Amino acid sequence: MALNSKTKAVLLGPLSKNNPILVQVLGICSALAVTSKLEPSLVMAIAVIIVTAFSNVIISLLRKSIPNRIRIIVQLVVVASLVTIVSEVLKAFSYDVNKQLSVFVGLIVTNCILMGRLEAFALGNGPWPSFLDGIGNGLGYGWILVVTGFFRELLGSGELMGYQVVPQAFYDAGYENNGLMMLAPMAVLIVACIIWVHRSKNKDLQEETN
Amino acid sequence: MNRESNGYTIIYAAVMVIIVALGLSFTHQALLDKQIANENIDKMQQLLRSLNITAGADEAETRYSELVTNAYLITDEGEKIEGTEGTTPEDPAFSTELGDPTAKGLPVYEVSIDGKNVYIIPMNGAGLWGAIWGYLAVEDDGSTIYGADFGHAGETPGLGAEIAERSFGNQFEGKEIFKNGNFASIAVVKPGQVDTRRDYVDGISGGTITSQGVDKMLLNSVGKYENFLTKLNRN
Repeated sequence: MALNSKTKAVLLGPLSKNNPILVQVLGICSALAVTSKLEPSLVMAIAVIIVTAFSNVIISLLRKSIPNRIRIIVQLVVVASLVTIVSEVLKAFSYDVNKQLSVFVGLIVTNCILMGRLEAFALGNGPWPSFLDGIGNGLGYGWILVVTGFFRELLGSGELMGYQVVPQAFYDAGYENNGLMMLAPMAVLIVACIIWVHRSKNKDLQEETN
Repeated sequence: MNRESNGYTIIYAAVMVIIVALGLSFTHQALLDKQIANENIDKMQQLLRSLNITAGADEAETRYSELVTNAYLITDEGEKIEGTEGTTPEDPAFSTELGDPTAKGLPVYEVSIDGKNVYIIPMNGAGLWGAIWGYLAVEDDGSTIYGADFGHAGETPGLGAEIAERSFGNQFEGKEIFKNGNFASIAVVKPGQVDTRRDYVDGISGGTITSQGVDKMLLNSVGKYENFLTKLNRN
């Protein structure tokens, strides 16, 4: 299926100019919680992409029938059921990954990006654009997670994906892992640095100053 | 049809809940057997890790049945309960959860490895965020530790979660649970500190509360087996 310019914007916008974390500052809570290592960040990113895409499609299909007064409840039920199914499937077919993620799978329900996309996009658009929007926002969320996880694991434990990458010679010469990197506040710092770089490259996103 | 009427809203909510409930219970039922099988294999892998064997999910079951010769429940006095022997996942020793108040006894696994008789005892306790557990393999003198493995439900990755790493479990090898003929357990201390009264291992830097949880778990869970281990020790 060819992508016209509008659907392309829907898919690719959230990766940069419309990034849920960098620009909208949504989903920060889980971005801080799971990024102390690269691997859980990666799996979390994939899980969120799946859930945003499919909850967007389901809500988009239901959008003409949902009673306005209970639409938030309907959205929550859809998201919660999808997350439960993802976690059940992981438990049955990929037990190790499920153990890695443990509580974080359940935390996807509380991810603000999901509700944000359902409210802002899926309720007013067809299933196909909604699907792309979900994938795009999931990816936009995911790459920030992976970058943050990369720096935190590298500087915090000298490893990547569990493999030692900082050579022993560094430690012998007095280098030490930065334990602070393992704590959530450092994720704020790294995300802030990414936002800083991102804003300085996209001047139009900068707020007016007096 | 009026989407905003009370009747429509109530019916919509009711139908939605029923569909979701059916969908979820169907998914759960359809995947349940596979999930239980995975959990059993995971438990076998943990038991094997306490024997310093890292087995993949595909070979865990064969290695387990090769090595574990017997499993049974014991009373608090350390006596084997009749009729509880058996090593399969359906047998009481494997299916009994430690800390379950309705459990008939404490599970013990007998293993024969490298010409040694080793007893594996399960442990459970609490870390910082949730449950922690582990398996301790003790040699037939009832005191020397052959190996140990730890697991956790949701400790902080990179900090408390490090108790599940082999580098933490491996420290236990060769430590003695009994000091001067008395049950002493193993202490988990801050790295760099020492415990003069009993054998000790280094805790996790930055994972203090989880380390203390492991320390407490060793004292409490292994403590329940004190009579059993004392008997082994006196023989």
